[in-house]
Amino acid sequence: MHMHTLRHITAALIAATLITACGKETPPPAPKAEAPKAPEVLTVKIGSASPLTGPQAHIGIDIRNGVQLAVEDLNAKGVEIGGKKVKLELVSEDDEANPTKATTVAQKLVDAKVAAVVGHFNSGASIPASKVYADGGVPQISPSSTNPDYTLKGFKTTFRVVAHDGQQGPTLARFAVNTLKAKNIAIIDDSTAYGQGLADNFEATAKTLGAKIIAREHTTDKDTDFKAILTRIKGKKPDLIMFGGIDPQAGPMVKQMKELGIKARFIGGDGMQTPNFIKLAGDASDGAMASIPGLPKDQMPGGKAFLEKYKAKFNQEVELFAPMGYDAVFVFVEAMKRAGSADPAKFLAEIGKTDYQGVIGPIAFDDKGDLKNGPITIYVVKGGKWEPLEIVKPDAAPAATPAASAPAAATPAPETKK
Amino acid sequence: MEIFAQQIVNGLVLGSIYALVALGYTMVYGILGLINFAHGDITMIGALVSLTVIQLLAAAGVPAPVILVLAGGSAVLVCAILGLSIERIAYRPLRRAPRLAPLITAIGVSILLQYSAALIWGKQYISLPEIIEPAQFTIFGAQLTSLQAAIFLLACTIMAGLLWFIKASRMGRAMRATEQNPDVAGLMGVNTNTVIAFTFVLGSAIGAIAGLMVVLYYGLGHYFMGFMLGLKAFTAAVLGGIGNVGGAVLGGLLLGIIESLAAGYIGDLTGGVLGSNYRDIFAFLVLVLVLVLRPSGLLGQPGGERA
Amino acid sequence: MNATQTRWRWLLWVAVALLLLAAPFLIEATLGRAWVRIADVALLFIMLALGLNIVVGFAGLLDLGYIAFFAVGAYCYALLASPQLAIHWPFLVLLPLGAMVAAVFGILLGAPTLRLRGDYLAIVTLGFGEIIRVLLNNLNRPVNITNGPQGITLIDPLQIGGFSLAQTHSFAGLTFTALHSYYFVFLACAVVSIIISRRLEDSRIGRAWVAIREDELAAASMGINTRNMKLLAFAMGATFGGVAGGLFASFQGFISPESFHLIDSIMVLCMVVLGGMGNVAGVVLGAVLLTALPEALRYIGPLQQRWFGEVFIDPSDLRMLLFGLALVLMMLFRPSGIWPARRRTAENVTERMTEKRHASG
Repeated sequence: MHMHTLRHITAALIAATLITACGKETPPPAPKAEAPKAPEVLTVKIGSASPLTGPQAHIGIDIRNGVQLAVEDLNAKGVEIGGKKVKLELVSEDDEANPTKATTVAQKLVDAKVAAVVGHFNSGASIPASKVYADGGVPQISPSSTNPDYTLKGFKTTFRVVAHDGQQGPTLARFAVNTLKAKNIAIIDDSTAYGQGLADNFEATAKTLGAKIIAREHTTDKDTDFKAILTRIKGKKPDLIMFGGIDPQAGPMVKQMKELGIKARFIGGDGMQTPNFIKLAGDASDGAMASIPGLPKDQMPGGKAFLEKYKAKFNQEVELFAPMGYDAVFVFVEAMKRAGSADPAKFLAEIGKTDYQGVIGPIAFDDKGDLKNGPITIYVVKGGKWEPLEIVKPDAAPAATPAASAPAAATPAPETKK
Repeated sequence: MEIFAQQIVNGLVLGSIYALVALGYTMVYGILGLINFAHGDITMIGALVSLTVIQLLAAAGVPAPVILVLAGGSAVLVCAILGLSIERIAYRPLRRAPRLAPLITAIGVSILLQYSAALIWGKQYISLPEIIEPAQFTIFGAQLTSLQAAIFLLACTIMAGLLWFIKASRMGRAMRATEQNPDVAGLMGVNTNTVIAFTFVLGSAIGAIAGLMVVLYYGLGHYFMGFMLGLKAFTAAVLGGIGNVGGAVLGGLLLGIIESLAAGYIGDLTGGVLGSNYRDIFAFLVLVLVLVLRPSGLLGQPGGERA
Repeated sequence: MNATQTRWRWLLWVAVALLLLAAPFLIEATLGRAWVRIADVALLFIMLALGLNIVVGFAGLLDLGYIAFFAVGAYCYALLASPQLAIHWPFLVLLPLGAMVAAVFGILLGAPTLRLRGDYLAIVTLGFGEIIRVLLNNLNRPVNITNGPQGITLIDPLQIGGFSLAQTHSFAGLTFTALHSYYFVFLACAVVSIIISRRLEDSRIGRAWVAIREDELAAASMGINTRNMKLLAFAMGATFGGVAGGLFASFQGFISPESFHLIDSIMVLCMVVLGGMGNVAGVVLGAVLLTALPEALRYIGPLQQRWFGEVFIDPSDLRMLLFGLALVLMMLFRPSGIWPARRRTAENVTERMTEKRHASG
């Protein structure tokens, strides 16, 4: 697994260096550009901040790759803002998934006078960094932070293009109670911002829908022994167990459920919808369900083309959030075009009015900067593979069911997520 | 009742793993008076080595019993060499240094082991291919697998073997002599350096076995897995009376049961005010309470100058 | 002769003071504003390291849970100056309060562990640090106090009257952003910490601590109240951590239990040990080095890429490996640190001489 990741990192970095090297070495295509009367080319810097080292590097690099792909696509297409030709430039920083480091790199990006930032990955990084961006007047779109608090600080510069826990949790609960007809639900969370946020939101909605929460247990994101809490839950006879957390816990948990002879269904969020979950749980994973914000990747409107382009470029599959990073750049550039300026002070107001058809689907923001009506897909493990089961709109009852012939989504997803 | 029996079984199995790791702490402490902070991480290395061997051999289609023996063997070998080198390089030069020095080196060694493992194996959780399908049976309404039973029996067997070894063998007598007074033991012709090195090797080898058991039981490995395990195991050793082999096993089993019962019943007992989120605190509370009330532990001799 | 020497020394101090005052502007002009932020963080770590130095360096009590006091200070400030509990007290009240609360926690930790010897103490303090973090992480139910793992946001910045440090001010042709203003506040606090540390070191209390560190039994028989002195060391050390924590909370505007892991305790311990246990200047050096080093190591990733075409070692892993190695090597070859305390150097020389005498005799 590690070698795999290392190779990804390496490939991505080689690609990145080659590209920057090419960009620097090739002289401007039109020699006229140097003539005084030719239209000047304005350089607009787009920042990307995500963990590029450490245990979450593969997801962080995935985001950065998405941003890079968007920058290159736009440059190839040619962008004009306010009548001036614009060249986009990527400035990428590593936040190490650490809250303190995140504010430092945010400051670095503001110093570098970026027009806009795509980042960060973790909510714990996005939240403190959002203040730095707000102070610097730089708009920020997080491709992946799902903590509801992120957009509740009243900053006008803060946006995200992913459904937050307050959207994913309730949707999951509606699916559990309305579709799966769960009546007695046990909830476990991993005591992290992500896991607990998801579980809390799930619990609140499940209760209003009339389900009984018969146990609320907690573990940690380091633990691997859940026998004690599972035994307690077994005694309360649930028909469904919901877990807010990530795959290293979800895998062994499902396995231990089987050992204890617990027959209840198992459902969780995007943190456990990974191939690694199936590996860790073995046969016990069969029938486990998990949700992921967004449509299945191959069903996103521009998804197929994007996946192919990404694979051709980086020689690897999309992990998870690259499409969000890709769309975020387009959202920024569209806003700049409408405002006729790449000055954040001028185009910031336009971001909120975004109505864009992106790779991940239609993108529009509510007044807090959250994505409106993000769809959520429920997956189920069948025969050792995650298969899309149902697509749920946050505000509506379960809607479309994907065609039975929909190919299995076997793309790797995050091993860890907070 | 069924649930209570299950919780006791859960606790005994978890406790057996603590006990296996605690043996390493207690042996080194007994002889050197040093908390080998790196012991939890030696267990981690043992776990990851056996995991890798299992992965390789399972892919090659080797039968399961052979895989287990080879995985255990290589883990024991690697950990024994590791224990020996750590003692020689990091602890022996500091044997007469102020107390703080070997403690800080031990922390340094622990960090080194963790991040070397992160370099070698990566930081992802590594999963175990399913090579054994443990039989499942029921006792007093509690679910039990053959693997769980094996872990419990193994902890007891190793403890018994160790007790016999220390009591009856020549090396065991030398260990006891060194524990009581290294200088006098040296004068009596005991090569204390060899005895201490041997203790590290033995402790590390048992740690390696513990690592293999953790991998088989939970089905995964991770570069950071040794930290919490080591801490809990140390607590177990203190609870039983550090330096005492029987105490380590008793402490391990007790701690496992305490944790299981706490996680299982605290919510009901406190009316939902406290929950299973406080499970990890119990180990530390036990540690503080034992150290304050009875520093010599359950089986240690009170009045010793241990604390 | 003596007069000139004094004057030179005086001039040197003025130069250092001017340099420190001009530092944020110099750093901003040369390395960029991000490094001003790094300098701010370094000043906070100086305070933390000095606090731990009192416990570990002066009194010889190995504390592996020191970051808990930082957390207590930070949460004390955050809870009483944020919308979390809808309380907004002024920081002039909160900083001393945070220091006091941290000191109480220091005594709470110290009291039951007084009789414990070095290695037991290390484990118990480590457990204490984890207990505090677990508590902060879980005190969101049944009643929400700390907001659990989600952390506390919108923490008030430092404010004196109508003068908020979070805003940009202009003064004498210089622009003071929040980073600059915080730099000066942190600098002042760090300087005060240094002065207190130096005064303590030379005081009766400081000598009592050293006596306990070297031989507790002998110290007790010399009439030192070892119990009170140890408790005082814990309380004093915790105070530094509490103040630094409050400043950190106001500076970041957001805190969560994630920032107070064991690894952070170990980082601070590294600063003390590598810089030179017991020596104030050495500890300050250690804190600055260990804050700047990881930032500098960031460039290692791209460098490996350029030289070898592959990233072999994650900079964050490399940092930890270097720290681990440094701890071991330091203890083996230079146990008194990069910049050893004078007293320790003296001791080492005497020890070496005694050893030689033994060897030759």
